[in-house]
Amino acid sequence: MILAAAAPASPADAWLERAPLLLRDALTGWLPDALRPWVAALLSIATILGVFGLLFAYMTLAERKILGRIQNRPGPNRTGPFGLLQPFADAIKALTKEDIVPRAADQVLHFLAPVVLVALSLIGLAVIPFGRNLVAVELEASVLYFFAAGAATELSIFMAGWASRNKYSLLAAMRALAQLISYEVPLLLSMVPVVVVAGSLSTTGIVAAQGGWAAGVWPHWHALTPWGFSAFGVFMVAALAESNRSPFDLPEAESELIAGHLTEYSGFKYALFFMAEYLGMAALSAMGVTLFLGGWQAPLAVLEFIPSYVWFGMKLLLLLLGFIWIRATFPRLRIDQLTRLSWKFLVPLALVNLVNGGLWAVTSDWTGAAGVARWVVSALLVVVPFVVLGRSLTAGYGPRTYRYASP
Amino acid sequence: MLGKGLLQGLAVTAKNLVGSYHDPARYVTQEYPEVQPKLPEAYRNFPFLVSETADDPMGTLRCVACQICEKECPPQCIYIEKSKDKKPDATGKAQIYPAVFAIDTAVCMSCQICVEVCPFDAIKMDQEFAIAATDRFGGLLLNREQLAKPNAYYHQIHPTEAAEVDERLAAERRAAEEKARLAAAAKAAAPKPAVPAAAAAAAPGAARPAPAGSTAPAASAPVDPVPPPAPRPPSP
Repeated sequence: MILAAAAPASPADAWLERAPLLLRDALTGWLPDALRPWVAALLSIATILGVFGLLFAYMTLAERKILGRIQNRPGPNRTGPFGLLQPFADAIKALTKEDIVPRAADQVLHFLAPVVLVALSLIGLAVIPFGRNLVAVELEASVLYFFAAGAATELSIFMAGWASRNKYSLLAAMRALAQLISYEVPLLLSMVPVVVVAGSLSTTGIVAAQGGWAAGVWPHWHALTPWGFSAFGVFMVAALAESNRSPFDLPEAESELIAGHLTEYSGFKYALFFMAEYLGMAALSAMGVTLFLGGWQAPLAVLEFIPSYVWFGMKLLLLLLGFIWIRATFPRLRIDQLTRLSWKFLVPLALVNLVNGGLWAVTSDWTGAAGVARWVVSALLVVVPFVVLGRSLTAGYGPRTYRYASP
Repeated sequence: MLGKGLLQGLAVTAKNLVGSYHDPARYVTQEYPEVQPKLPEAYRNFPFLVSETADDPMGTLRCVACQICEKECPPQCIYIEKSKDKKPDATGKAQIYPAVFAIDTAVCMSCQICVEVCPFDAIKMDQEFAIAATDRFGGLLLNREQLAKPNAYYHQIHPTEAAEVDERLAAERRAAEEKARLAAAAKAAAPKPAVPAAAAAAAPGAARPAPAGSTAPAASAPVDPVPPPAPRPPSP
């Protein structure tokens, strides 16, 4: 009882909570003061590379297992127990495959494109607060930095298409750019109200703003407010499209195109593109957790004895499993449907939500009946545009009638 | 409302994911090398030679090297060499046997025509499909030792068909015995000079019906390419 009473008083002081920092200090403590920050930075880089590299490896396995189960088959189960060694077998296979570079390709750019893509996908992770005090780089405008790094990945996709000197690769790269730029807009617009409400462009500031509980049980997470719920939805749809995931995987569309801009890539370079896709997915999900799901905050005060980085990991895995679930369910969109969804639906929703978020920020001191009115108005500002836009966009696309087959 | 179909779709896949852990109807995959497939009875792929017993497969082959299957085989994958001598078959009667009987499974197209033309029910279709070999010429060319499988195995893979074949063979044997018995009785009833015996000894198959035709009504029985065996065979 004494322990239980003492623990919530200062969850930040719990031993498990401070374990990563203690480990870092133990590893760097014996170094001279001038070297210490450098080694600490290298340590955090190594940790991020290791953790997210393993996460990538096991995400591919989890994806294949879950897709298999959803399709009534077991998925990989031959390599090690439950197929747990499958990612390593895949890595060895990718490494030993022949690396083919077309003779007419731009040799330097062709090599550089996957490297740059992986690098840009990774650097966004530097500003994610993975736990209390667990952020590799503390920046004032870290949200801006994250999305700038994310937007730069589009450059390397075009680089890949251009350097291959293959007209299909180039066309696919242009199509990919059209998609990525279309979805960059709702992605950023959905993130703006969070910055407005939290009053901070730093990820740690945004997470701190989501601490605490309304009435002791309802976390102050942005996804649990009407405007935040809407913004979270738009953000996740745009994140799906930004990371080229099904149902927005038109840039490579493995079953229809010859892998789009990846046509001329083989062996380990292809694996690097694959890795970048998963790293980008993980980075965007981590940002989604940070912006909307309270980052490393526990959902209930009594659950704070679980370390913050564990909470962050669980939320991240939940979103990543959602990505897999969506991939297993929805068929691929056509390019016109894809851009239509972005420009006619997500962008207007995000714009309305901008106003909604602004109102929420202005009315932050309303309490009692006014506080209830604030929730109602915010909810109406989400539901009404959704229904109106949905009705108007689907008008004339009535339920499909089947003349010869029963649905 | 917009998005209802999306949620329904997600529910369908989630049900399959959860169902695959407890509902056999949602998890139909059999893991092949460990779990052998349960083949339907009518499944067939390559022919095999039926022998009466498992102890002495070469001595009890039903095949008499008549070469009908070799001539009928559309892709010409059967090769037979007749024996120079005769050996007693399962019923104890001296028969020609295949000195060489080979089927090239690389050529066989599993049409079952050899089975349909065989008058002795000596060749049947097998269910063994895992015949991969490292040597495509020697490994896929099966000789008679590899092809011979006992009748019990035939019963095991095609029970209905095998029972029917056994019944028919037994009926044929009974009919032949009956005919032989009647012929013997007729001969005993009307004793003649030793001429028919000498003729029978010279040409046992062809000469037999001619002298018996006027006397024995049993001669109207269907003409059997193989004359009924003289000693009584062990009842099947």
